[in-house]
Amino acid sequence: MSEYKTPQTEEEFEKNFSQIKPLMSQTEAYYESSRCLFCYDAPCVNACPTGIDIPLFIRQINAKNEMGAAKTIYDSNYFGYACGKVCPTEVLCEGACVYNHSDVMPIAIGRLQSFATGKAISNDKKFYTLANSNGKKVAIIGAGPAGISCACELRLHGFEVDVFEAKEKPSGLTVHGVAPYKITNDEALNEMEYLQKQFGYKVHYNKTITTKEDIALLEKNYDTIFIAIGLGKTSDLKIKGEELENVFGAVEFVEQLRMNHHKITVPKKVVVLGGGNTAMDAASECARMGAEVILAYRRSKEEMPAYNFEYELAKTVGVAGMFNFTPVEILGNGKVSGIKLKSADGTEHTLNCDWVVKGTGQTKQLDLLNLIGELKTDEKGKIIVNEIFQTTNKKYFAAGDAVSGGQEVVNAVANGKKAAIAIVDLLK
Amino acid sequence: MANLQTNFAGIKSPNPFWLASAPPTNSGYQIMKAFDAGWGGAVWKTLGVPVVNVSSRYGSLNYRDTRMMGFNNIELITDRPLKDNLREIEEVKKRFPNHAVIASLMVETKEEWHAIMRDVTNAGADGVELNFGCPHGMCERGMGSAVGQEPKILKMIVEWVKEVATIPVIVKLTPNISDITRLAVAAVEGGGDAISLINTIQSIIGVDIDNFVPYPIVDGKSTNGGYCGPAVKPIAMNMLKNCAQHPQVKIPISGIGGVENWRDAVEFILLGASSVQVCTAVMHYGFGIIREMILGLEQYMDEKGFKTLDDFRGKALPNIVHWEDLNMKYKVVADINEDKCIGCQLCYTACEDGAHQAIGLSDDLLNRKPHIIEENCVGCNLCSVVCPVEDCITMQRKDDGKENITWKERTLAGDIPETFNDELAGGLHHWVPEPVDALSKKIPLHYKVK
Repeated sequence: MSEYKTPQTEEEFEKNFSQIKPLMSQTEAYYESSRCLFCYDAPCVNACPTGIDIPLFIRQINAKNEMGAAKTIYDSNYFGYACGKVCPTEVLCEGACVYNHSDVMPIAIGRLQSFATGKAISNDKKFYTLANSNGKKVAIIGAGPAGISCACELRLHGFEVDVFEAKEKPSGLTVHGVAPYKITNDEALNEMEYLQKQFGYKVHYNKTITTKEDIALLEKNYDTIFIAIGLGKTSDLKIKGEELENVFGAVEFVEQLRMNHHKITVPKKVVVLGGGNTAMDAASECARMGAEVILAYRRSKEEMPAYNFEYELAKTVGVAGMFNFTPVEILGNGKVSGIKLKSADGTEHTLNCDWVVKGTGQTKQLDLLNLIGELKTDEKGKIIVNEIFQTTNKKYFAAGDAVSGGQEVVNAVANGKKAAIAIVDLLK
Repeated sequence: MANLQTNFAGIKSPNPFWLASAPPTNSGYQIMKAFDAGWGGAVWKTLGVPVVNVSSRYGSLNYRDTRMMGFNNIELITDRPLKDNLREIEEVKKRFPNHAVIASLMVETKEEWHAIMRDVTNAGADGVELNFGCPHGMCERGMGSAVGQEPKILKMIVEWVKEVATIPVIVKLTPNISDITRLAVAAVEGGGDAISLINTIQSIIGVDIDNFVPYPIVDGKSTNGGYCGPAVKPIAMNMLKNCAQHPQVKIPISGIGGVENWRDAVEFILLGASSVQVCTAVMHYGFGIIREMILGLEQYMDEKGFKTLDDFRGKALPNIVHWEDLNMKYKVVADINEDKCIGCQLCYTACEDGAHQAIGLSDDLLNRKPHIIEENCVGCNLCSVVCPVEDCITMQRKDDGKENITWKERTLAGDIPETFNDELAGGLHHWVPEPVDALSKKIPLHYKVK
């Protein structure tokens, strides 16, 4: 039996997906900020891909300068609010907190970060004055963390920026791909609205770049093009039965869930394949939707690429793990009815299930990348860039998952900004 | 088993913990509740011609997550008619005959002092405390610290009171003076049976930076208040020590100022107090704190083998000497326990920026644990006090304990620096970096103002 009742209403959905890092109250933020030691050469700063001056912003919160704290955060990270909620802080800033060495709870840095930036967003606090237009134009493909981060930085320096987004909402995985108990849609989109209002970049939604002509037009109209397209759809397993109804990719499932909440129906029994963070998210989410979930991974528990705390989280909502089981065939007549798995010793096991969710990696968007001349990708399809995030085609820069192959939101934010700084240097 | 029984200038109480004259002793109700909870005595909220108070009255100094580290008030003496207070004193004494009820008094003329002394004595008070300390509101009317700051006037009023006193007279001293012992001596000369100190310190507790007015705010204005609470304890203890060591002050002292647990009380007693008075901690946490205070004091006394409070009263006083009598050959240096160190590097930056550049960091970035540069360490304690880990940085003795030379002795021997560039300057051979080295020092990315 599942621990969760299938949510029928938005209220029930929100209950099942209650935030694991809820917003702090003023009092909680005050007390928590009091605990910070203000370390010299603070390890939390060094652990943050965007290098936020964490001891400073925490000290500012404690000195009741929340807007100052928010500015400190945004100076380093344009997704300050979202990162506070979706970052794996357990392995980044909070994991580096020296309190861990004395069996004291590390400072809740992520939640303090969202507290301060949340105040700035709800007050619509404008921190930045944009430089006068320098007449240079940059096109950004993809309104995810890398794209928007790059857009903000370029606008700060007087560039004209057009962002082309295939979907109808900005923020990329933050709203489409992160588990709903990490950040709500409203939270993610409010920060996007706040940034757009302040930085004034244009976003063209539902605008896909699919043809040679599209590319030619971009190249003609813009001085530089920044590629921040992320990854594509879930890769095929290339096993029998994969085409059956009710076989889903994990990222596609998460996106459906994020967009439709309780309106999607998750059946009784779900098998999730994979050992990465996306598989963990999908498994957790199916369980919170009321399903019995088995997570099957082809290698051992120790070899899972997912963060340990993500697997622990999945277990707490009732997900059962099966290790060293490789999928052989998805069974069913038109629809999924089960899955055949092979254990390490070669014996085959059949599980009855209604859904199979594949959290087994995503494709690269090579169809698009192949349209761009002289743009090279590596053997895994990742865009090759130099140290300033410039691609082998000098007109193009790139960052985010399309370059890294799949990292955290915070890495995309950091590198999108670095690319922007390089573009500023090059074109000024 | 420890005996906490207290005899303070003839005033007896089951333990040395008294409530100070303040809002917690405003009524018989509060004092009965306190005695019932375990308090040994109470100094009644100051009696006199009843006042009219303002609202608001209190301000708090919060430090990080600690509320009321310091506290100030602009409340005056009792605003209740004398007869009500006298009736309640009688009632409390009837119900708690073995507890100490001390009437705090503040009036103006000799006749008023005589009259109120008679009244409180008839009501059954065990003693009186003359409020010569209140630093706000009353002093402008020629009472409180206005008289308490003038040793001659203080002495005169004590004499008036003693003319009619049949119960012990405690003189409460104000700290708002450069040398409190002048007041203590005046109290002795006037015939006072005991002194109590300190009253509150004149203060501005904080300023509302949006409305440009200090706290506590009374319709857009404020006034100076009386400061108390844990933050004043070091000041109170120094004044207590000064009085307790003074050769002309041989009368008992009731210690007041920031006492909130047994440990504070022990410190005050070691510095010569015969009882302690508590206010702010009760205003913060209520009368219930007494259980921790009594249990802690008993346990301490049992562990140390002290049977009565007299066994350790003033025991720290012989160890407080003048600076010139300290042993200059004593040498300690800091030692960092690597197993306990959590790598916050607060000791490093404190020493580097705030002391003597005697702590270094490893060149290996993965090793965050600082190390002591022993030849630079002057043994100042700073690193050990900033370290957030219990017992991680300790001070280790380095001299052999055989030599003892004081500044006084060196002075007598002519072995002290006397000119601006004297070769005997203490820091002459102590290494300091070149000033410009500061600008090339490797520092973290975020160290400077952006």
